[in-house]
Amino acid sequence: MENRKQTITAWLCLLPAIIFLGIFLVYPLIDVLIYSFEEGYNFASQKYFGLGSYNYSYVLHDPYFIKALKNTFIIVIITVPLSTGLALIISLGLSSITKLRELFQTIYFLPYVTNTLAVGLVFMILFKKTAYTDGMINLIINFFGGESVDFIEGPYAAKMFVMCFYTIWVVLPFKVLILTSNLASVDPIYYKAAKIDATPKWRVFWKITLPMISPMIFYLFITGFIGAFKAYSDEVALFGTDLNAAGMNTIVGYIYDMLYGNSGGYPSYASAAAIILFAIVFTITMINLMVSKKTVYYQ
Amino acid sequence: MSENQDYEKIEKRAAAKELAYNVIRYAFLIFWAIIVLFPFYWMILTSFKSYSSYNGEYIPKLYITSPTFQNYVDAFTEVSLGRYLINTFVFTVVTTAIMLVIVVLSAFAFSRLQFRGKNIVFALFLSLMMIPNELVIITNYVTITNFSLRNTMTGLVLPSVISVFYIYLLKENFEQIPDELYKAAKVDGTSDMRYLWRVMIPISRPTLITITILKVIECWNLYIWPRLITDDSSHFLVSNGIQEIRENGFGRENIPAMMAAVVAISLPLMVLFLIFRRKIMAGVARGGTKG
Repeated sequence: MENRKQTITAWLCLLPAIIFLGIFLVYPLIDVLIYSFEEGYNFASQKYFGLGSYNYSYVLHDPYFIKALKNTFIIVIITVPLSTGLALIISLGLSSITKLRELFQTIYFLPYVTNTLAVGLVFMILFKKTAYTDGMINLIINFFGGESVDFIEGPYAAKMFVMCFYTIWVVLPFKVLILTSNLASVDPIYYKAAKIDATPKWRVFWKITLPMISPMIFYLFITGFIGAFKAYSDEVALFGTDLNAAGMNTIVGYIYDMLYGNSGGYPSYASAAAIILFAIVFTITMINLMVSKKTVYYQ
Repeated sequence: MSENQDYEKIEKRAAAKELAYNVIRYAFLIFWAIIVLFPFYWMILTSFKSYSSYNGEYIPKLYITSPTFQNYVDAFTEVSLGRYLINTFVFTVVTTAIMLVIVVLSAFAFSRLQFRGKNIVFALFLSLMMIPNELVIITNYVTITNFSLRNTMTGLVLPSVISVFYIYLLKENFEQIPDELYKAAKVDGTSDMRYLWRVMIPISRPTLITITILKVIECWNLYIWPRLITDDSSHFLVSNGIQEIRENGFGRENIPAMMAAVVAISLPLMVLFLIFRRKIMAGVARGGTKG
């Protein structure tokens, strides 16, 4: 009796979660697969011609998608190692000081709680060259004897630089926070033992610190890869909603453009692109996991 | 005698080396702190400059001589910034409240109650954590459109209220509450729901606060879903609002007024952060995912 009553209570408690997960997570997962194989789907009449892989081949031959793929890969390859490395240097610096440490930690964490769209606008204005002014960053470049560059509407490399710089600025707080708390959790007994042996600092770093925090660095790499492959809002913040015109679109941006917006109304293409993205992220994560077995030290 | 002098020398050299290291460390940390803070400083500074003085400065001044509040007045009167802020506030409160109810109930069922199939259902829940948002958002967009819920608060809220990760986090926390308390409550004839309300929720308050804060940050900064589901600017949230202001805002490139809008949007979370600094940082270290 008691048991039956508990079973009923339990399912009643789970009911809201199951309903929401069912409608907005499980059903869409199946549906997106079906969409991606329905050829010539029309959003208005909700009809399609037949089943096949045409959507995939359309997406893979679309020059906008190729461009988006290229942009996304460049962002991933540049920002993930750089931001993780920079976060490691900053956290090492933070854990080796005592004065003002809390203040620095608080400052470094600030970008985490900001709206990336709003602050992206500030970055855009700092980097942008207008008729009135060359922009703050260009003035600094001029001061050091360089030439002004239009970072927002100028050459591709300049736009990519701003893009990566802003991405790193946005993702760094999380990484610094995680690494700092991880560094603090390394058992001090190892450092004491090293000190007795008068081990040089670089050796302590390579032989104690790095192996001890390697699981966390690896975790940041994996989440960093996944996050960077989904880059989109930061691009919109800097270059506006028409990313194709700016030549700065990403895979996720391509998906949304296909779904909605000026070139929208093609959920089939969007679905195919989303599944391609998922396949890429899945493959990279698997490769990461295999590499980690060889390099990461688990206690 | 000479040995002592050697020691002094070594010590002196070590101290000098340490000092040099410290100078490098602090210089680097301060350098990065400036990079982090400068955009904030710049946006606050510019929001107090008048339109003409901002455009008159070929080399922007890093201080202000005659601050003006006109930009804030413009931001709240010329564009619907107030509307966006109210929308986002309502959206954040409603979404977070519904999510808390769902999360608490599910975590309670998984941690306290005994029923058949519990482990399988929990494993299924966990596996759902791996599904990326990009994969399901397409169908959700179609679903919401078919229910004619575009440009409504309901359409905005519905897909955002569920989070498997928080269920997991809270379940772990609930399980740390000793069984003895439950047995004692049962002896007193307390019902399961009363026990949840009176014992488990108060004990787990720190975790609940963490979850709430993380969700509030997420809601306040949400961009992609509102962009898909709203095209009527009276239903915009702040992220879409700022994009709208940027593209068709003040009828001219009024950057100081835009910066006033940016400050108004950023301020609520900044204040929240400065009040709950330790809680937020500890919470993100435990359960944050952005980045």
